[in-house]
Amino acid sequence: MIAATMMARRIVEGKLSNTAQNLASAEKIRNNPKFRELVSKRTRFAWTLSAIVLVMYFGFIALIAFNKALLATPLGVGINTTVGFPLGVGVILTAVILTGIYVYRANGEFDELNRQIIEESR
Amino acid sequence: MTALAGALAAFGTLLATGTAALAAGADLGQAAQQATNWHAIVMFVIFVAGTLGITYWAAKRTKTAADFYAAGGGITGFQNGLAIAGDYMSAASFLGISALVYGSGYDGLIFSVGWLVGWPIILFLIAERLRNLGKYTFADVATYRLSRTPVRSFAATGALVVVIFYLIGQMVGAGQLIKLLFGMEYIYAVIIVGALMMIYVTFGGMVATTWVQIIKAALLLSGATVIAFGVMFQFNFSFEQLFARAIEVHPKHQAIMSPGTLVSNPIDAVSLGMAQMFGTAGLPHILMRFFTVPDAREARKSVFYATGFIGYFYILTFIIGFGAICLVATNPAYLDIVKGGLNLRGGNNMAAIHLSHAIGGDLFLGFISAVAFATILAVVSGLTLAGASAISHDLYASVFMHGKTTEGKEVTVSRYASLGLGVIAVLLGIVFEKQNVAFIVALTFSVAASANFPVLVLSMFWSGLTTRGAVIGGAIGLVSSVVLVVLSKTVWVQSFGYAEPIFPFAYPAIFSMPAAFFFTWLFSVLDNSPRAAKERAAFEAQSIRSETGLGAEGAAAH
Repeated sequence: MIAATMMARRIVEGKLSNTAQNLASAEKIRNNPKFRELVSKRTRFAWTLSAIVLVMYFGFIALIAFNKALLATPLGVGINTTVGFPLGVGVILTAVILTGIYVYRANGEFDELNRQIIEESR
Repeated sequence: MTALAGALAAFGTLLATGTAALAAGADLGQAAQQATNWHAIVMFVIFVAGTLGITYWAAKRTKTAADFYAAGGGITGFQNGLAIAGDYMSAASFLGISALVYGSGYDGLIFSVGWLVGWPIILFLIAERLRNLGKYTFADVATYRLSRTPVRSFAATGALVVVIFYLIGQMVGAGQLIKLLFGMEYIYAVIIVGALMMIYVTFGGMVATTWVQIIKAALLLSGATVIAFGVMFQFNFSFEQLFARAIEVHPKHQAIMSPGTLVSNPIDAVSLGMAQMFGTAGLPHILMRFFTVPDAREARKSVFYATGFIGYFYILTFIIGFGAICLVATNPAYLDIVKGGLNLRGGNNMAAIHLSHAIGGDLFLGFISAVAFATILAVVSGLTLAGASAISHDLYASVFMHGKTTEGKEVTVSRYASLGLGVIAVLLGIVFEKQNVAFIVALTFSVAASANFPVLVLSMFWSGLTTRGAVIGGAIGLVSSVVLVVLSKTVWVQSFGYAEPIFPFAYPAIFSMPAAFFFTWLFSVLDNSPRAAKERAAFEAQSIRSETGLGAEGAAAH
């Protein structure tokens, strides 16, 4: 019983000191210019890619709503495939590729910067 | 509008009923019971035995709340990517999209694109912040700096509304599909689905759910790959030859190569696009999957893998749809002689199923039927777990007990909640058997886009968000999306029998989602309470954690 209480207390204290340490770290991170750099770079990158996806997708929807004839145009004389197919499949493939690009940069460059920030905050 | 409603049905969850509407106009007749399909039953029994074995193994590993809700955070990015794909690719998208392509060609691709483009947005804006700030549910993120009781109550309501509506669609779809594929009574089909999902979730928690989803994703992807390969093989791997034959045999001929009547009205086109894109980013069972990985890095990877698998799958369903035009519509054995035209035996949602028979005979047909059943099980398990977490983690532990409970009790409540949701799902499945549930998908994605998504995104990105703004704005999004769907043609005319719809469009998101954002903003900036000032001030600390992962929930030690 006593052992259990002591253990519980140790866990609580451990958590508290952990939080206190986090607070101190947070203060250092706030003042680290690298943190500003990380946030502004990653935010700009994320919103740029989001804007590309939004424009691409709602552009596709706008074509469906306002210019079906364009999508119905065959790719060439005697060809059955219409413009709409490469466009639609292109949106899917571009979406997959953009997620790949984001993960590549975020898990490489940005995570390295993040690691340095955490390191310097200790 | 009828075509839109039909398309919706085809997509959503409703299987036999929906596509019949698409193909035959207003016929919402029930799927006819088929002869008992022994190959399918044997393969399905193997799947069930395997997954129950996994559940037994998972149950022994599920001890803490972190195990139950988040598989201890020990799932890798790749595994989670597959599980997300398994959670997201429903039988409706497999059978529904291929049926839509079979019936109208290009229109199917429009829906596929819409269901995919939410994923990059989830990655760029949501996944890593969600992982860094949350623990088990997306409400954790919204309450990071906002007041616990009101915001959790709202978030849990949003989650439960989405989960329950989604479950109705899945259960009705499951019952109709199984009646078709296995020759089993509707009511037994619904009970079997409900019972199995209760067992997976209650005993195996997130570990079992994850593995059921991974296995299902692998089965579905490989099954669809084989069908698509079989189709392309017959056309010398030339899309030109495939399209040429499809144009020749399809009654709509050249029209299948471009957008048809499916999305005719610009408002509905944009509204549907918004619901699909942002609704995906507000689905509680999808968001929950990001807590199963150890850190933000793996969370990002999982979206990349998931997007790749889902995109690949949609391209396959497209080939399958065209393959069905060429290989199924030309074979009288698969056609419904009474209805004539392109109508298939058992309804047009059978396009992919008949195609599997055309390609691989009875054995392969059995395999694909079993995969379709497994697909439903994986989706309903994910939904049930998400709903149970909203009840136990958000409502019970935070709202009712004010955080004064133990992990063990919380998990017990969650298990009972899973059982309760299972029973509710079965009952709703029975009640809605003969209803046209075509509106369910519009409702689910619109609510997710209008209630959950705005609050989640603003809590992550906007320092000015306050409790009052989030609750009022989110509630307006929730209520307006539900009310507009009820007033639209799919419910007001087709279910209630009124002559004219009050809301003239099929999808509410173009109105309800901006309304949610606007009122959340308005009530936040008008909030001058001391609590609001504190909440705004707490944003900086939140952003340090959300950007760097400092202090984020780690993986549990195993």
